[in-house]
Amino acid sequence: MASRLRKTSLPYVLLLPGLGFLLLFFALPLVYMALESLKTGTIDTGFQLTWEFSNYTEALKNYDEQFIRSFEYAGLATLIALLIGYPLAYVIAFRAGRWRNALLLLVIVPFFVTYLIRTLSWETILSDSGIVVNTLQSIGILSEDGRLLDTTVSVVAGITYNYLPFMILPLYASLERIDPRMLEAGYDLYGRRRDVFRHVTLPLSMPGVVAGTLLTFIPAAGDFINAQLLGTPKQFMIGNVIQSRYLVVADYPTAAALSFLLMAFMLIIVLIWARIAGTEALLGTEGERA
Amino acid sequence: MTLRRRGLDWLLNAYAGLALIYLLLPIGVILAFSFNNPVGRFNFIWNEFSLDAWKHPFAVEGIGSALEKSLQIAALSTIFATILGTLTALALVRYEFKGRSPVNFFIFIPLATPEVVLGAALLSQFLNWGTPQLGFATILIAHIMFNLSFVVITVRSRLIGFDRSLEEAAQDLGATPWETFRLVTLPLIMPGVVSAALLAFALSIDDFVITNFNSGSTITFPLFVWGAARVAIPPQIYVIASMIFLFTVAMMILTVWQQRRAERMAAVRPDEPTAPDEPTPAVAEPATA
Repeated sequence: MASRLRKTSLPYVLLLPGLGFLLLFFALPLVYMALESLKTGTIDTGFQLTWEFSNYTEALKNYDEQFIRSFEYAGLATLIALLIGYPLAYVIAFRAGRWRNALLLLVIVPFFVTYLIRTLSWETILSDSGIVVNTLQSIGILSEDGRLLDTTVSVVAGITYNYLPFMILPLYASLERIDPRMLEAGYDLYGRRRDVFRHVTLPLSMPGVVAGTLLTFIPAAGDFINAQLLGTPKQFMIGNVIQSRYLVVADYPTAAALSFLLMAFMLIIVLIWARIAGTEALLGTEGERA
Repeated sequence: MTLRRRGLDWLLNAYAGLALIYLLLPIGVILAFSFNNPVGRFNFIWNEFSLDAWKHPFAVEGIGSALEKSLQIAALSTIFATILGTLTALALVRYEFKGRSPVNFFIFIPLATPEVVLGAALLSQFLNWGTPQLGFATILIAHIMFNLSFVVITVRSRLIGFDRSLEEAAQDLGATPWETFRLVTLPLIMPGVVSAALLAFALSIDDFVITNFNSGSTITFPLFVWGAARVAIPPQIYVIASMIFLFTVAMMILTVWQQRRAERMAAVRPDEPTAPDEPTPAVAEPATA
C-alpha cells in the first residue's frame, strides 16, 4: 500500500520544483502584468488599479503601425529564412554524407557569438563605405548616395540572419527522418525528380516547415534589437515600443497592454499552426507513451 | 538528361554553400575586426592589423566585471535549470499521471512567448513585490526561468528512446531505486543532460532582452555591449566575443567527441560475439559451474 502510494506520488514530487518555479516566475508574473495593464496613473503619482480596459484599445490605436510592421517584418524574414534554409537543410540531410555533423555544427555556430555582437557585425558589413554597398553601387542596383544601413532592408536582413538556424534545424530534423525507400519508390514509379520532391519529400517535411516557421516567426515578431541597431525609429517594431514604454518612459500600463496584445496575436498564430500541423509535431511529444 | 541533372545538383550545392557563407560571414567579420586598430570610437571600418586588443582584452573600463557577472549567472542558472528541468523531464516521460498533457503544454508556452513579454512580465512582478531588489538575484531567477523549458525539452527527447529493461534488470539484481537511478538511469541520460546544460549556459551568457528588463544597475556582458553600442565600440568587445565563441566551439566539439566515444563503447558491449577459441570472460564462469 505504502509503496503504491509512493509510486503514484513520485511523478508529482519530481515535477514540483520545476513546475513550481515556472508557476511562480512565469505564470504569476503574467497575472501581475495583466493587473498592471488595467491600471491608470503615472510613475510620479503611482499606479492604481482602475480596471481601465481602454488601455488596450488606446495602445492598439496608438501603435497599430508598429504592430503591423512587426508582423510584416517577421513574416518577410520567415519567408526568406525558409527560402534560404530549405535547400541548405536538404543538402545537409541528403547530400552531405559524412560531413553531415560538421555542417550542422556550422549552422548553429552563429549562436556561439553574442546576439548583440552578431547584429553589430552586420553594421560593419552593411556600412556606407563597406564592400556590399560599394558593389551594389557600382553595378547600379543602389544609387550613388544610396545606403543599406538604417533601412528596412538592413533590419529584415538582420532578423533573417539571427533566426535562420531556428529554421534550418527543424527542417533538417524532418528531412533526415524521411525513409530513403519512400523516395526510391517514387522513382520506381517513374516519378521525375520534381514529382518526387513535390509529392513525397515536401509533404513529409511539412512538420519541419511548420516548426521552423513558428520558431522563426515568434521571436522575430517580438524582436527589437535589429530595428534598434540596424534601423531608425521609422523601422521600429512593437518590441521597441514595449521596451521604451517600460524602461525609458515608465508607462507601465501601456507597455503591459501592448505585451498582452502581442502575446494574444502570437497565440492565435500558434493555434492556427497547431491545427494545421497537429499538436504532437508542435510540442515534440511524438513517441511518448500514451 | 544526366547533364541537366548534374547541373541542377551543382546549382543546389552552390546555393547551399552561399547560405552557409551568409551564416558564417558575420563571425568571420567579428574574428577579423578583433584584430583591428580602429580609427575613432567605433570599430566599423578596417584600419590596420593590431594585437593590442588581444593583449589587453580587459583594458576597457567595466568590461571585465561585466564578463565576470555573465559567467557567474550563466554557471548558476545552468546548474539550477539543469537539475529542475531534468527532474521535470523524468516525470513527464516516465510516468503516467493526471494532468500530464496540460503540463507538457504549459512547459512549451515560455518557448512560444516573445522575450520582451517574458522580461516585462517578470519586471511587473518584481516591481509589485518590491523584493528582491533588481540586480544579480533577479537576473538569476529570470535566467533559470527561461532555461527551464529548454532543458526539459532537450532531456525529454533523450529519455524517449530510453530502454527501460536496463532499469528493471538493475532492480531484479537487488538495486534500490536510488541506486538504480544513480548507477543506471543517470549515466544513460547523461548525454542529454550535458547537451541541455551546454544549451542553457550558451543561452544565459547570450541573453540581453530579458536581462535588460530585470537587471537594475547590474551589468552583464550583453548589457555592457548594448551600452557601448551607442557610445563607443572598442575592439575588446570583439575580442571577448571571439573568446566566448572559441570556448563554446571547443566545448561543443569535446562533448560530441565524448558522446560518440561513449556510444561506440556502448554499442560494442551487448552483442559482442565471443570467439570460441578465446577464453570465456571470467564473469560468465559461475553460470556454467
